[in-house]
Amino acid sequence: MFKEIKKSVILFSGLTLICALVYPLAMYAIGNSVFADQAKGSLVYEEENPVASTLIAQNFTQPYYFHPRPSAAGEDGYDGTSSSGSNLGYTSQKLHDAVKERVEAYRTENSLSASQKVPMDAVTTSGSGLDPHISVANATIQAKRVAEVRGIEENKVIDVIRKSTQQPYFGIIGKEKINVVNLNLTLDREFGKVKI
Amino acid sequence: MEVFDMVLFALFAFTVVVFGFFIGNYVYKIFDGKKTILDPVIAPIENALFSISRINVEKSQSFKEYTISLMVFNIFGIFILFFILFFQSAIWLNPQNFSNLSWHLALNTAVSFVTNTNWQSYSGESTMSYFSQMVGLGVQNFLSAATGVAVAVALMRGLTGRGIGNFYIDMTKTTLRILLPIAFIYAIFLISQGVIQNLSPYVDITTIEGGTQTLAMGPVASQEAIKMLGTNGGGFFNTNSAHPFENPNELTNFIQIFSIFLIPVALLFAYGKFAGNRREGIAIFGAMALLFALTLGSTYYAESQGNVMLSELGVEEGPSMEGKEVRFALGASSLFATVTTAASCGAVNSMHDSFSPLAGGVLMLQMMVGEVIFGGVGAGFYGMMIYALLSMFMIGLMVGKTPMYLGKKIEAYEIKAVIIALLLPSAAILGFSAYAANCAEGLAGLNNAGPHGLSEILYAYTSAAANNGSAFAGLTANTPFYNVTLAIAMFIGRFGVIIPMIAIAASMSNKKTYALSSGSVKSDNATFTIFLACTVLILGALTFLPALTFTAIAEHVLMLSGKLF
Repeated sequence: MFKEIKKSVILFSGLTLICALVYPLAMYAIGNSVFADQAKGSLVYEEENPVASTLIAQNFTQPYYFHPRPSAAGEDGYDGTSSSGSNLGYTSQKLHDAVKERVEAYRTENSLSASQKVPMDAVTTSGSGLDPHISVANATIQAKRVAEVRGIEENKVIDVIRKSTQQPYFGIIGKEKINVVNLNLTLDREFGKVKI
Repeated sequence: MEVFDMVLFALFAFTVVVFGFFIGNYVYKIFDGKKTILDPVIAPIENALFSISRINVEKSQSFKEYTISLMVFNIFGIFILFFILFFQSAIWLNPQNFSNLSWHLALNTAVSFVTNTNWQSYSGESTMSYFSQMVGLGVQNFLSAATGVAVAVALMRGLTGRGIGNFYIDMTKTTLRILLPIAFIYAIFLISQGVIQNLSPYVDITTIEGGTQTLAMGPVASQEAIKMLGTNGGGFFNTNSAHPFENPNELTNFIQIFSIFLIPVALLFAYGKFAGNRREGIAIFGAMALLFALTLGSTYYAESQGNVMLSELGVEEGPSMEGKEVRFALGASSLFATVTTAASCGAVNSMHDSFSPLAGGVLMLQMMVGEVIFGGVGAGFYGMMIYALLSMFMIGLMVGKTPMYLGKKIEAYEIKAVIIALLLPSAAILGFSAYAANCAEGLAGLNNAGPHGLSEILYAYTSAAANNGSAFAGLTANTPFYNVTLAIAMFIGRFGVIIPMIAIAASMSNKKTYALSSGSVKSDNATFTIFLACTVLILGALTFLPALTFTAIAEHVLMLSGKLF
């Protein structure tokens, strides 16, 4: 038995060295030299300070920005250190109540009539709570509000949406979608930041 | 039904089969001792390891020797991981100063990662230091997968009349020659797509609107690659492959789903080579593919129906997006969920807890039948052999011939082992679920009420005993009660199957091989494929239909009548 333990200890140590130190550190070295941006989190900087990761949703509440999907990450949502979905099932009263509230809020925000259907992604929380994407339908509905508050023509905002729409990979894998963080950054770049 | 989704499914099936074929040939060459392309780099490392540890590379082990080696190695792994986690605050690479894990969480996690389950009672980004992730959990992502492949190879050798081999050697070869080289290329691809790989402290940002947000960081890409390839499934972050830093786009998602099935499919092709008749492997593949088509179809259909209660509230009709990411939506979420529970991976790119009741039931059923629909790396193969031997035994009895598989008699000893391997995990699932549903500690952790709450409990023990690791994540499992009982279920589900399978491998390897006559029952044709698939379904249904009736089916019926909980 002692012999077996000795064999296990030696093999385990050797394989740990290779698989758990050499391998990840080699990936670290390659990542940070060849794909430094991605390896560090695809961060966007303004005057040297990070303001966003283009992969992670952040909270946008102002009417002149497009709003991301609702989030169940952390207490107030969009917590980058506490990714989470709601984990509520189809028959959950909590889910029912939450969606009801969100539908009303979405209609009010975007001046929709009480009978108008609301896009699915706009009123449901994502799996990670950090989903940076929204559907094209969701963005198009929000365009009117964004244009009004910014005092620009709706068509110009729709143009930005069209340009920001990501197409499926190779035309077949995935669907059309819009990255909210990038979209809002583009808005600010094209039409200037809104001063309060 | 959307055309895009069908294209995705077809593309997935095609790539898995093509790459599985080539990797399968490579796997066979490795374990048959033939020359392979990586010999010049890896053989010296292996030889050094084997000579220092004085492993006899010439001799095949007996059942007892093999079992002792495997158990000593795995239990040693549990001990080491337990201590790393229990003392993580005293070790390096802990920029967020996370404290030590509690004894029960450390125990649960150690058993979980060593048994290839990768059930997580914790949330990675708020619990684990980089050292715990990268070294402690990281090495087990390789070794637990390699243990599974080693056992599968031992069984292939035994069934085809060879010596079962040496555990240490096969495990090491799997790690260094199969898992590591693929993970290497894989991780670089992931980084190029936006999966992070750093050791920085978490990044504080002032958001575009002027708020604050903190982003979790870490060496994710290296972990992610082996997490999928080894059907481990333990996410770096709480939400696993739904997290954009783990799985940023549709391409990485496709590769992740593909890599879950890659080695399980490759092993089937390798098996055909071992048997000297590739149709033996294809027959097993066929049964798995048939079952997979059924489960994928059911999951996809159930999910595409959407949640009626949402559309009544004024939400546009269509599949529910609660718990799903826009970039994955219906097709890629259903495919991922079906693949991850068919194989014993357990990574998720959408929250299974928020799936429709029937889809959730299908995911559970796949795990309940023992993760044999392609299954975990190695585990899927030896798991399916339980059913294959049972099928041949039943066919033999029905037609009145001595039951044989690959020309070797299936006798009482093998059937006893098969029954143990079949009953132990099932008993663990149903026993623990029943107990948890009837005690205060068990009910304390529920996130959903009504039948869906019971589903959360049943899913947890199913996932643990099947060594899957996915969850109806609403369940708060980080309590002494759940951590300990789930750890026991994982241990039983892993070694309660592995040991009987080694016994079968060793016993079959010593048996005389009879030449097939025209009257023999063959196992390399479509009849066998269908019989095998039916055996899996019928045994699974008989054992678990009552439990599913109280959970998924009850919830579905109540949902149709508009009931909320």
